[in-house]
Amino acid sequence: MTTVQEHAPNPAAGDPGRPIGFGRLQRKEDPRFVRGKGNYLDDIVLPGMLHGAILRAPVAHARLVSIDTSEALAHPGVRAVITGKDLQALNLAWAPTLSADVQAVLVTDKVRFQGQEVAFVVAEDRYAARDALELIDVEYDMLPPVIDARHALDADAPVIRDDIEGRTDNRIFDWEIGDAAETEAVFAAADVVLTQEVVYPRVHPAPMETCGAVADFDPIDGRLTLYETTQAPHAHRTLYAIVAGIPEHKIRIVSPDIGGGFGNKVGIYPGYVLAVVGSIVTGKPVKWVEDRSENLMSTSFARDYIMQGEIAATKEGKILAVRTSVLADHGAFNATAQPTKTPAGFFSIFTGSYDLKAAYCKVTGVYTNKAPGGVAYACSFRVTEAVYLVERMVDILARKLEMDPAELRLKNFIKPEQFPYANKTGWVYDSGNYEPAMRLSMHMAGYEDLRREQREKRERGELMGIGVSFFTETVGAGPRKHFDIVGLGMADGAELRVHPTGKAVVRISVQSQGQGHETTFAQIVAEELGIPPESIDVVHGDTDQTPFGLGTYGSRSTPVSGGAVALVARKVRDKARFIAAAMLETRPEDLEWEKGRWFVKGDPSAGKTIAEIAFGAHGTVALPDGIDGNLDAEVTYDPPNLTFPFGAYICVVDVDAGTGHVKVRRFIAVDDCGTRINPMIIEGQVHGGLTDGVGMALMEIIAFDEDGNCLSGSFMDYLIPTAMEVPDWETGFTVTPSPHHPIGAKGIGESATVGSPPAIVNAIVDALAPYGVTHMDMPCTPARVWEAMQGRARPPV
Amino acid sequence: MQIPAPFDYERASDVANALALLERHGPESRIIAGGHSLLPMMKLRLARPEWLIDINDLAELEFIRRDGEELRVGALTRHTALLESADVADLFPIIHDAEQVIADPVVRNRGTIGGSLCQADPAEDLSTVCDVLRAQAVIRGPDGERTVPMSDFHRGPYETAVAQNELLYEVRFAIRPRSGSAYEKVERRVGDWAVVAAGAAVGLAADGTVEEAAIGLTAVGLDGTIPEAEAVLLGQQPHEELFVEAARIAAAACHPVDDQRGPVDYKRHLADELTRRVLRRACARAAGAQEG
Ligand SMILES: Cc1cc2nc3c(=O)[nH]c(=O)nc-3n(C[C@H](O)[C@H](O)[C@H](O)COP(=O)(O)OP(=O)(O)OC[C@H]3O[C@@H](n4cnc5c(N)ncnc54)[C@H](O)[C@@H]3O)c2cc1C
Repeated sequence: MTTVQEHAPNPAAGDPGRPIGFGRLQRKEDPRFVRGKGNYLDDIVLPGMLHGAILRAPVAHARLVSIDTSEALAHPGVRAVITGKDLQALNLAWAPTLSADVQAVLVTDKVRFQGQEVAFVVAEDRYAARDALELIDVEYDMLPPVIDARHALDADAPVIRDDIEGRTDNRIFDWEIGDAAETEAVFAAADVVLTQEVVYPRVHPAPMETCGAVADFDPIDGRLTLYETTQAPHAHRTLYAIVAGIPEHKIRIVSPDIGGGFGNKVGIYPGYVLAVVGSIVTGKPVKWVEDRSENLMSTSFARDYIMQGEIAATKEGKILAVRTSVLADHGAFNATAQPTKTPAGFFSIFTGSYDLKAAYCKVTGVYTNKAPGGVAYACSFRVTEAVYLVERMVDILARKLEMDPAELRLKNFIKPEQFPYANKTGWVYDSGNYEPAMRLSMHMAGYEDLRREQREKRERGELMGIGVSFFTETVGAGPRKHFDIVGLGMADGAELRVHPTGKAVVRISVQSQGQGHETTFAQIVAEELGIPPESIDVVHGDTDQTPFGLGTYGSRSTPVSGGAVALVARKVRDKARFIAAAMLETRPEDLEWEKGRWFVKGDPSAGKTIAEIAFGAHGTVALPDGIDGNLDAEVTYDPPNLTFPFGAYICVVDVDAGTGHVKVRRFIAVDDCGTRINPMIIEGQVHGGLTDGVGMALMEIIAFDEDGNCLSGSFMDYLIPTAMEVPDWETGFTVTPSPHHPIGAKGIGESATVGSPPAIVNAIVDALAPYGVTHMDMPCTPARVWEAMQGRARPPV
Repeated sequence: MQIPAPFDYERASDVANALALLERHGPESRIIAGGHSLLPMMKLRLARPEWLIDINDLAELEFIRRDGEELRVGALTRHTALLESADVADLFPIIHDAEQVIADPVVRNRGTIGGSLCQADPAEDLSTVCDVLRAQAVIRGPDGERTVPMSDFHRGPYETAVAQNELLYEVRFAIRPRSGSAYEKVERRVGDWAVVAAGAAVGLAADGTVEEAAIGLTAVGLDGTIPEAEAVLLGQQPHEELFVEAARIAAAACHPVDDQRGPVDYKRHLADELTRRVLRRACARAAGAQEG
C-alpha cells in the first residue's frame, strides 16, 4: 500500500497514535475478529433449536403440478415440511418486495427462476434437513423461459408474471428523466455524435458470509426474536409487522456481526420468512443458513443493465450532452432495494462530472426468468452503472477526437465556482473541486512517463494500456421528502448517553457489515466531546437497543447516521454547557469550549471536563430550570441533500498479445470524501472497492444458458479476485468538505467500486487500440479480450 | 456450508489395510487422499460414496526419492512437496512450472499427485505433466503390484486403469540427460482450472538434435500426447519454424469445447500459442542442461 499525503497528526491527541477524534486509529472491533471471537449468525445456538433447509427449483420456468412431501416427513428427525399451500393458508405465500411488487415465499403456481424456493424442511439437525429435501417429490410442467432481456418484450414472449391480474407482457416500468427535446436539439447541432452499446453484466455481491436467520417465536407472549443477516434491522422489523401481522412492539430484530453485505443483505429473503414460519409451526427456534450456491443463485444480484450510450461534443472536445436508453433486467420479481420514487435508482447521475448543456435518459425494466434483486453490490443505487456508462463514452470520444482522455476530462469538468451545481437531470452536487484530484492522480501515476513508455512498447508490439476514470458519487439518501423505501423516510437516529464517570454509549440505527462503525462513530463523538474513542461504546444492530433508522447501504452511514451522531454529540455538549455553568456558578454564555471541557472565558483554569459535568448531572448539583439530571440526548437526522464524493483513478494494464490475459500492473486512486474521519478505515474501504472493481472488470459474471440454468452457482464458476490479481494500490486524497453535512463528511464505502471498473476497462481498450478496438464489455476474461482483438467483441452472456 | 449425503469413514493403517478395507466395503467405498477433488463433489452430492477409506496416515506413500535413473514419487505426495523439491525443479522443471499454477497454497498443502491422477479430470494439470514425462504408474491391488505407462493409465475423463479395489502406489519418472521440459497455462484467475494449458518435454542427442519429444495439452479433450506434432521435431535441430509447425499440428489435433472459459477457436489458438511457448522453453532448458 502506498499513500501520499499522510493525514496530519491530531494536535488534540496526547499520543498521536491514538487520536481523540479524527485520525488514524486501529479499529475497535478488530480484536474480536482477528481472534475468531466475532459472533456471526451461524454462531448463534439457542436451546432446542431446529434447522431448516430449502428445496429449490431445478428449472427456470415451469408450472408446479404437484408436491409430495410424505416421504420427507417420515424421514428421521424431520419436524415439519412446509409448502406453498401451507403458506397460502396463513396468507404468507407472497410477500411484498422493496419495489412495490410481490415475491413468492414458496412457489404456489409456477417456478419463475432456477433456484426459487419450493418447500422448506425443518429438522433436528442440518444433515437430516438436507437429506429430507431429496425425498420431496415434485412434478413440474416445463414452460419456455425468458432469459435474454432483449427478448423479454417480444410479442410472443411468455408472460412471466401471470400471477398479477391483467398482466400481458414482461414490462415492469418505463422511466425517463431530462429534457428529451432539448437534448435532441443539442445532439442535432453537435459536430461529433458517438453511440455505443455498453453492457454492465449481472454480477453478485458474494459476501463471505452467506445469508441466514434464526427465528425464535415465543407462543406464550407472542414475541418474535429474529436474528438475521441484515443491513437494515429497523426497516425489516416494520416490514415483518406489516407482512406477518405480528405487532411491531413484539418483534425484535438482531443483526449480529455481519460477514460482508454489499447490498446483498438489504432485502427480506424467503428463507428469513420461512425460518419465522418454521418457528411458529414447531414452537422451537429455527435456524436457516443458505449455502454458497444458494447465495449465488437466488439472492440479490447487481447490475444487469444494457445501455445504449450517446455522447455529443464539439470537434474541439467540449462535451455538450449525453443520452441513453437502458434495458434493465430485474429478474422474476421486482425486488430491487431502492427509493420508491426512483425505479432506476440514482442512474440519472450519468451526466458524471461534466458541465453539460443537456441530458436525457430512459430506462425500461423487464421481468426475466432469473433470480430477482438488483441494486445490490456496492453500487450507490446504480451510480455504478451510470459512471461506467459516461466514463466509457468519454473515452470513446477521446479516441475519436484523438485527444488524451485525461485532458478531455480536465477540459469538461464542472468548475469549483459552479458548486452547488444543478445538473440536467435534477441533482444538486453539493461541492467539488475536480481538477486538483485529477492532477494529483496524474502526478502520482507519472502520467507523461507512462504515455512515453506506452509509445515505446507499442513500437515493439507490446500491449500496454493506461485507463483514466473520473467519477462523482451520489450517496447519503435521504432527504426524507425525496427518498423513502416502502414509505419509510431515509433518515437515521442516534442516542447518546454519557455515564456519570464520563464514559459514553452511542446507539445508532445503521448496521456495520465490516465498515468499522464501532470505531468511526466513536471517533465522531470523540471529536465533538473530547473524550477518547476507547471510552465510547457504539451499539448497533439490535432494534430493542437502538433508535429507528433505515440502515447501512448506498454509502449512507456516515452521510446520514454520521450526521446524526455529530448532532447528538453537539446536543450533549450544549447541555453540558448549562450544567457546567451551574457547577461553576456562572452564566452559560460566559463559558468557552475547548475539546473536552467548558471553561470560563478569560480564566482557563476554571473549567469542567465532560466527565466532571456528567458526574455533576447525575450528582447533586442544583440544575437550572429545564435541564434534567443526565447528560443524554437523541436526534433523528434528515439530511438536507445527498453528498457527492468524487475521485480520479488511473489504471495501467499489460495485455499478453498471445493469450489475451490482462495483468493490472498499477492502480492509482485519488478519492475525495470530504472530511476524513479515520484515514485507515477509508483506505480499507478503498482497497476493498478497488478489488471489487478488478473482479467485475476481469472475471465476474452471473451467466445463464438458454434454458435459464445458472452457470455461476459456485466459486469454481463465479470467480472473485484474489490478492494475486490486484496490484499494490496507490491511494491519495483531496479534501472538499460537504457544505451541508454537520462535519463535512461525504461517504466512501462505494466510491472505489463505482470508479474502478471504467478505469480498468478503459485501460484494456487503450491497450487494444492497435487492434482497432474501441469498446469491449466486461468481464475482460482472456477469451473475451482475444475475441475483441479479432474484431469480434461481443456482449457477455 | 454444503452438506454431503451420509457416509461412513475408516482410516487405513497401511497399504495392505487400505486394500483390505476397499475389498471389505465393496464398490461404494472410495479412497480419500487430500480430499480436494472428492469432498467438493460430495458436498454438491455429485459423488456419494458410502465409505471413505482415508489414506492420510500412510507415510509410506509420501516420498520423493531419486533411485538410479528414476525419480519415484509416492501417491500421497502433496502438491507443496513437489513444488518445494529441489530434485523436481532440477530434473523436471515442467512439474515445478505446473505446480506453481495448480490451485492455491491451501489446496496444494493437502492435494496429492495420486489424487490428481486418479481424479483424471480433463483439466487436471498433473495428468498432462505425467503424460509428457512418459511416467509409469505403479498400482497395488489384491493380486500384487503392476506398472502401467501413462498411455494405458488414462481411460477417458474421470476413468483410469486403477480398479475400484486397487490404489495408486507411486509414479516413476525416467531421468535422462540433455532434457528439458516446460508447462504453461492460461487461467481466468489464479487458482482457476486451465482454460488451456500445454506441456512439452524434449531430450536432445549429443549433437543437439531432438531425440525425444513429447507434447501434451490440458482441457482440450485429448488423452495422452500428440505423436504427429512430436514427429516434426525428431531428428531436427530445435528452431522456431519447427515449433510453429508442431504447434499448428497440436492445435489441429485437439477437441476443445465452448464453455464459460472461452469459445472453441480461442482455445485452439491457445493450444497453438502455448505449445510454441513451451517448446521454446523446453528446448532452451534442454540446451542449458547440455551445457551445464
Ligand atoms: C479450489 C481448487 C482449485 C483447484 N485447481 C486445480 C488446478 O488448477 N489444477 C489441477 O490440476 N487441480 C486443481 N485442483 C485439484 C487439486 O489438485 C486436487 O488436490 C487433486 O485434483 C486431487 O488430489 P486429492 O489428493 O485432493 O484427491 P482426493 O480428492 O482425495 O481424491 C480424488 C480421487 O482420487 C482417488 N484417489 C486419491 N488417491 C488415490 C490413490 N492413491 N489411489 C487410488 N485412488 C486415489 C479418490 O478416491 C478420488 O476418487 C483444484 C482443487 C480445488 C479445491
